[in-house]
Amino acid sequence: MNSKEITAQISKAADFLNLKKWDYGASFSNDYSVQVDKGEAKQLKASQKQILTLRVWNESNLVGITTTSDISESGIKKALDQANIASDFGNKNERTEFSPLAKDPIEVKDAKKRNPVGIKKLLSILREAEVKLLESHESIKSVPYNGLSESFYERVYANSDGAFRSFSKSQAALYLYARAEEKDKKPRSSGSVKLGYGVDDIDIDSCIKEATNKTISHLNYSSIKTDKYLICFSPESFLTIINAFSSMFNARSILDGVSLSNKNSIGEKLSTEALNIYDDGLHEKNISSSPFDGEGTPTKRLCLINKGKIENFIHSESTARIFKTIPTGHAGLGSKVSVSPDWIVVEKSEENSDLKISLDHSTYQGEFVYIEELNAIHAGVRASQGSFSLPFDGWLYKNGKKISIESATVAGDIKYLLKNIVNIESSQEVTTSGISPHIWVDELSITGDA
Amino acid sequence: MLSSQIKSNEIVFGSCNKDLLEEIIFYGIGLGADFVEIFIENTDNSNVLAEEDFITSVSPSFGRGAGIRIFKEKKDGFVSTNDLTKHGLMRSVSQAIEMLDITENKKREVFNGLNKHRDYSLSKKKWINEIPSINEISEKLLVSTKSLKKNNKIITRKGSYSRNLQEVIIASSDGTYASDIRLHQTVGLNVIASDAQYRSSGSRRFGSSGMPNEFRLWDHEKAANDVFESSMNMLYADYVDAGQMPVVLANKFGGVIFHEACGHLLETTQIERGTTPFENKLNEKIAHESVTAIDEGISEGSFGSLSVDDEGMEPEKSVLIKNGILKKFISDRAGELRTGHKRTGSGRRQNYSFAAASRMRNTYIAKGEHSKEDLINSISDGLYCKSMGGGSVGATGQFNFAVEEGYLIKNGKLTSPVKGATLIGEAKEVMPKISMCGNDLELAPGFCGSISGSVNVTVGQPHIKVDSITVGGR
Repeated sequence: MNSKEITAQISKAADFLNLKKWDYGASFSNDYSVQVDKGEAKQLKASQKQILTLRVWNESNLVGITTTSDISESGIKKALDQANIASDFGNKNERTEFSPLAKDPIEVKDAKKRNPVGIKKLLSILREAEVKLLESHESIKSVPYNGLSESFYERVYANSDGAFRSFSKSQAALYLYARAEEKDKKPRSSGSVKLGYGVDDIDIDSCIKEATNKTISHLNYSSIKTDKYLICFSPESFLTIINAFSSMFNARSILDGVSLSNKNSIGEKLSTEALNIYDDGLHEKNISSSPFDGEGTPTKRLCLINKGKIENFIHSESTARIFKTIPTGHAGLGSKVSVSPDWIVVEKSEENSDLKISLDHSTYQGEFVYIEELNAIHAGVRASQGSFSLPFDGWLYKNGKKISIESATVAGDIKYLLKNIVNIESSQEVTTSGISPHIWVDELSITGDA
Repeated sequence: MLSSQIKSNEIVFGSCNKDLLEEIIFYGIGLGADFVEIFIENTDNSNVLAEEDFITSVSPSFGRGAGIRIFKEKKDGFVSTNDLTKHGLMRSVSQAIEMLDITENKKREVFNGLNKHRDYSLSKKKWINEIPSINEISEKLLVSTKSLKKNNKIITRKGSYSRNLQEVIIASSDGTYASDIRLHQTVGLNVIASDAQYRSSGSRRFGSSGMPNEFRLWDHEKAANDVFESSMNMLYADYVDAGQMPVVLANKFGGVIFHEACGHLLETTQIERGTTPFENKLNEKIAHESVTAIDEGISEGSFGSLSVDDEGMEPEKSVLIKNGILKKFISDRAGELRTGHKRTGSGRRQNYSFAAASRMRNTYIAKGEHSKEDLINSISDGLYCKSMGGGSVGATGQFNFAVEEGYLIKNGKLTSPVKGATLIGEAKEVMPKISMCGNDLELAPGFCGSISGSVNVTVGQPHIKVDSITVGGR
């Protein structure tokens, strides 16, 4: 069945069950991926997957939901039946409705949908990339984590009020994680990930070069003394931190009591006036962009922090109604609808005179710690408390020289970190999770082995 | 044709699918596969969430699909699909064959048909009628969250229940033919406490496998008391000072460190990748002689137990480390093929869309002879980690674990609570420093995410003492 036929099927089954109000989200995907091990194909994978999430409203206007991978006539009927049963337990205290924007026009980017290149070509490209990476430096002994994949998928949202949206796209991903070993030293590992609309859009050489440079640059390492340091966050690591604490801007988290913000936090000063943060799911560099969210609300650019102050929260339909605003295009689809950011963009605002512009990661001669990549986010972040303690890959810069840090964690509090931003560099970098410049923060605790 | 029965053109759960499965396997072998493996799954899951004094989410879900893996020499091609018709399954076999580029078939493997059906589900079909209803679950969750409301510092109360009923059919060209029904139930409680600028949280999770009545028997009052006390103890705690120090890790979920930092390094997938320092250490000392570690899938009701693994092998009890000596690796079919380590009944996957891999089941450090007090009394200045949070292990073996509830040890006594601690180290350096094991082994359920997705596991240990480890703090 195609998406139109599924919609018709659901409508027919809902009529049969006397369900007047329903909506659904569906995704249909075909994925192909390869892994290699020293020139040999290791595992080759393909999958065809379909997922349908159905919501129904009962006579008391309470919502029930069911998810199924069976989109046969009987599967759809069973799912509607179960959703109807689940609606008896619908949340009476927080009603869910259709998004008022579910029929608004959506901005569909130029459909950069590519054709599949096939497993054989994926394998050939990855084999070649592995060889190049292994040959790039004598200390690189293996590429234990590698993969090249391409996905083709369609997403659909429709409801009984006549809303119908769908879009399809393709995406490819390459990851290369190399392992370098030298005598009498600990092995070091690092890597790179690149995304594209199709395999031919991926800059493979740059992925190899980045994986090589990151891995090799950490071969000569030293332990660091436990202390407080001036920190420079790479664009990637700063975006990691912001995403980890995005509950500060999340209306769902605020209502659930797990955010550092509250309903009255709009306008609260969090950081230097020089800091702007946006969520911009439709940004042209966002390979994974989607023109609408799980409730069919169009995706749009939203300012989260304007000149250091909270400007907006991200919303679903129900949180927007409670906050007396409109949905922002950040909802999932569930009986309790989740809310999450799409693509974070960090910028320097015009009000930047208080920044210490001499702090530039490529020229600064004083002592500082450069955090290249933060790890173990799920374990080391206490989003509801604002604290973090995270292992990282990075360097200690001292007297104009840099040395890789053997093993260390950075710990602190997100509000302290934002308040202590002392410079936002001018040039931004595009990463897989957003865009940011290098960000400097004064006085964060580093725990090392020395 | 192996049977004169009328063949079904689609997999039907609860029926004999032998003819169809044999036809699919014959097809794959005929096209030149060395080995054909079929894993078919039907799931019926439910999640219920209670927040404060209301049920805020009930989410049933259903899934069905097949994962087909073809081996040719040491390579494998894996295809997953929701299409369980004969046509869909054969198309998946063809796709896997094509991916492996099997075009020439000089030496054809022989498939002699499937063995006698091993049906582990016979006594389990009644479970669907014995598990608690949504009504029953909701009522108990609401009583549980109400129990958490012990003072006005508790600002958030949550109770969650999850039930996974999975029916599987496993068939492969070595004759394996098995089916099973698996039931996993888990329930968790969480609170956030707040007072002025102070914030803390507390959480506990409980889980079982194959025990439809377990949720009814769950002592929610005791669980609520534990969670409440933990959050209150930590509410005004100071941040711990970073440094090297001896630590005592509590039993139960304290075992997560062994699981993450050492257990994963004993899976054959790590040997295949060349990412374990223990690859060539079989029968060598890798840990303190006080350490014996076990991985098994047979403890009745434990979250990581199973009647048969996802490759059709009954799980065994594997002594991984005995008195500090490495004795065994955790292995699956591909691991045996590529590393030579015999399968241990540990081929596991999240669902049909993942190929099975060598994964832990119930993994724990065996009990020793000391009391908890012996361990604490032996430390003049250190840290007691009563409750561990999550953690991770890097590609080169460094681990990092958050301590959810910690207390300083001064002169052999527990003193003030401390927060913000993380334990940092490497398995091969820390394992020899586990110098004392308590006599109070207990297990705790958890979810382990790795190459073949998220699987149910049990971690465990008695109280253990690590002579020195890096503690991250402020």
